[in-house]
Amino acid sequence: MNEEIIMAGFGGQGIMLMGKLLTYAGMKEDKEVSWMPSYGPEMRGGTANCTVIISDKRIPSPMSSKPDSIIVMNLPSLDKFLPKVKSGGTVFMNSSLIAEEVTRDDVKVIKVPANEMANEIGNSKIANMVMLGSFVEEKNIVKPETVKESLEKVLSARNQKLIDLNVKALEKGKEFK
Amino acid sequence: MGEKVLMKGNEAIAEAAIRAGCRYFFGYPITPQSELPAYLARKFPEVGGTFLQAESEVAASNMIYGAAGAGARVLTSSSSPGISLKAEGISYIAGAELPAVIINIMRGGPGLGSIQPSQADYFQATKGMAHGDFSLTVLAPSTVQEAVDLTMEAFEIADRYRNPVLLVGDGIIGQMMEPVEFKEAIDPDELPKKEWATDGAKGREPNVINSLALEPEDLEDHNMKLKAKYDKMKEEEVRYEELYTDDADIIIVAYGTTARISSRAIEMARKEGYKVGMIRPITLFPFPTDIINETADRVDDFLAVEMSTGQMVEDVRLAVNGKKPVHFYGRTGGVVPSPEEIVNKIKEIGGEK
Repeated sequence: MNEEIIMAGFGGQGIMLMGKLLTYAGMKEDKEVSWMPSYGPEMRGGTANCTVIISDKRIPSPMSSKPDSIIVMNLPSLDKFLPKVKSGGTVFMNSSLIAEEVTRDDVKVIKVPANEMANEIGNSKIANMVMLGSFVEEKNIVKPETVKESLEKVLSARNQKLIDLNVKALEKGKEFK
Repeated sequence: MGEKVLMKGNEAIAEAAIRAGCRYFFGYPITPQSELPAYLARKFPEVGGTFLQAESEVAASNMIYGAAGAGARVLTSSSSPGISLKAEGISYIAGAELPAVIINIMRGGPGLGSIQPSQADYFQATKGMAHGDFSLTVLAPSTVQEAVDLTMEAFEIADRYRNPVLLVGDGIIGQMMEPVEFKEAIDPDELPKKEWATDGAKGREPNVINSLALEPEDLEDHNMKLKAKYDKMKEEEVRYEELYTDDADIIIVAYGTTARISSRAIEMARKEGYKVGMIRPITLFPFPTDIINETADRVDDFLAVEMSTGQMVEDVRLAVNGKKPVHFYGRTGGVVPSPEEIVNKIKEIGGEK
């Protein structure tokens, strides 16, 4: 098993955290993992992204030129990363913010109305966890329980009180696969 | 070893320094290594350490000169342009035979360059850091775990030789997160006393820390003493890793991030019938010359892969010493080579299969 995922969205959509949580869960299950953020002079309102790799084998490069999956939270991210997805790969897209259709027919597309679901749960900021919940359910790379257990380690001290809310959002995401 | 934790390279190096008993850091922030000083600024107060953000890199390197002279385990870190500014102080530290650890998380250059990953400071690290006849021990980790282990070891090597040790990474090593385990922390109070340190001369002859020797004969003696030290490093400190060297026709020589990427290229090329192996230098100085020279007797070609226009390749050529062709593939300016590009170069060298 070797899964390369690029996650992308606006700065502030919790992209890095979503990546860290998945990476941590992979580590907890004794898999090889890496997390690599985009860094550099990003524009406000531009895209932030990170690459997560989870594998049974030693990971050669933490970057991915042909990801197996992308999780895109906004349209610029879809435009930027759709061409890179491996043929037969999966596109998880936030259909709350992306009305456009995916222009490739060799990838599986999973639409998650993440912002609407997050609002339903009562906090618009956890759209990222709804997306991740969908990814975990669909791809079956790490157990959903491990992701939940990892929250405590990945969330900052001041956000520990939000663990239950995050778990709820992860659960909600399961419905979309 | 303790529990596995997920950490960024920069933060993991900082934690490793604390565990190595380092309690002094002087530096100045610069991307892509700023998480390193930021981590120490947060953690040093908890362990009684001194973190000081200097007014410039030049000042910071003279502060490490001072702290090292007083016998402290001391660290500074920067990225390419900042290391250039620290170079003057590093020459003095080497001249005065003081142990210190310096981290360079390299970015694209020359000048201000870019902030993306690069290995274009190889010449600076191994040959031309600053004026005078001196060398640094140069360590080049390729994973976050190795960065941690080598950082802890860097302080030991620095003390053993009374010489500055430079650890070079690139933006990827600094920014990526990987699982790491840390060794037991060293208590700085338990470290052996440095008899030569200028830490107060009450009741003994004063020690002198100096890099000035106006009599040419005296300075020549000193230079020969330093050279003997570097020769000893060449005998005892060479470190490298071999991958598929047993049956290889083509040997890639690459360090740090490019070695990781090359290992993927090697897997891909082997599936297509190209017998490719790798020698990964872990110490850039001393360079693993002997193993490369010995390997040249049984392989057809060498390929140096770097994030530069070709720097380490010169050391590979010196090591191969004309026995076999030495090719080069590099991307630079902050561009990271892809495994596919390296495979194409392998095919170009190996011909049709």
